[in-house]
Amino acid sequence: MIDILIGILSTIGALSIFFASLGILRMPDFYLRLSVTVKAATLGVGLLLLCAAIIFPDISVSTKAIAITFFLIITSPIAAHMIGRAAYFTGTPLWKGTIIDELNGMYDKETHELKNEKQINMAEICGDEPDQIADTEEETK
Amino acid sequence: MTLEAYFDYFILPILTISVILVFIRLIKGPKVVDRVVALDLIITIGIGIITIFTIRSNQIVLLDVAIMLALIAFLGTVAFSFYIEKREDD
Repeated sequence: MIDILIGILSTIGALSIFFASLGILRMPDFYLRLSVTVKAATLGVGLLLLCAAIIFPDISVSTKAIAITFFLIITSPIAAHMIGRAAYFTGTPLWKGTIIDELNGMYDKETHELKNEKQINMAEICGDEPDQIADTEEETK
Repeated sequence: MTLEAYFDYFILPILTISVILVFIRLIKGPKVVDRVVALDLIITIGIGIITIFTIRSNQIVLLDVAIMLALIAFLGTVAFSFYIEKREDD
């Protein structure tokens, strides 16, 4: 009975890791790749660690597995946010099929600050900044 | 089919193929940030592989390595993004 449960959990975990790696290879854009990768890989590794916690009847293994899962769940969104922010500042182009880029013109490129709503209206009136949406598929591939 | 054979012939090959697919993106990524994300994902999959290997070899000490790898992956990604952002200021 336990074997069937462990089989199901490890299958779901391995398949979600596999889908994350397929996504990072096939998605057309850095930001789409980022959004695929972080969630699916965290879920997969969490399920595999849960398998280890079930198999070993030892309190130290359970504690370690829970600690690793907790740490991953806390840190991976922070890392993804920081790398996405750095990518937007360095001018990584968005996919050609992107409909709207809501951050366009909102970031101060000098001080790296997000402008508030009043300044957004000013930026819409007077500023025509070039957007980061790519013109061809090849730019983001 | 026993659980050991299932781990050996299904779970571990899937994880290995995943690492190879991510490695292709690590080599050809058009920007530095693509490579940083690919490296982070490779380390995360490595934690999964270490977990399965812990189960198969009954060496529970190996889970400590997984904790260290999780720490290093987070610190590496944060440091990379910090310096990529700094580099743009010049």
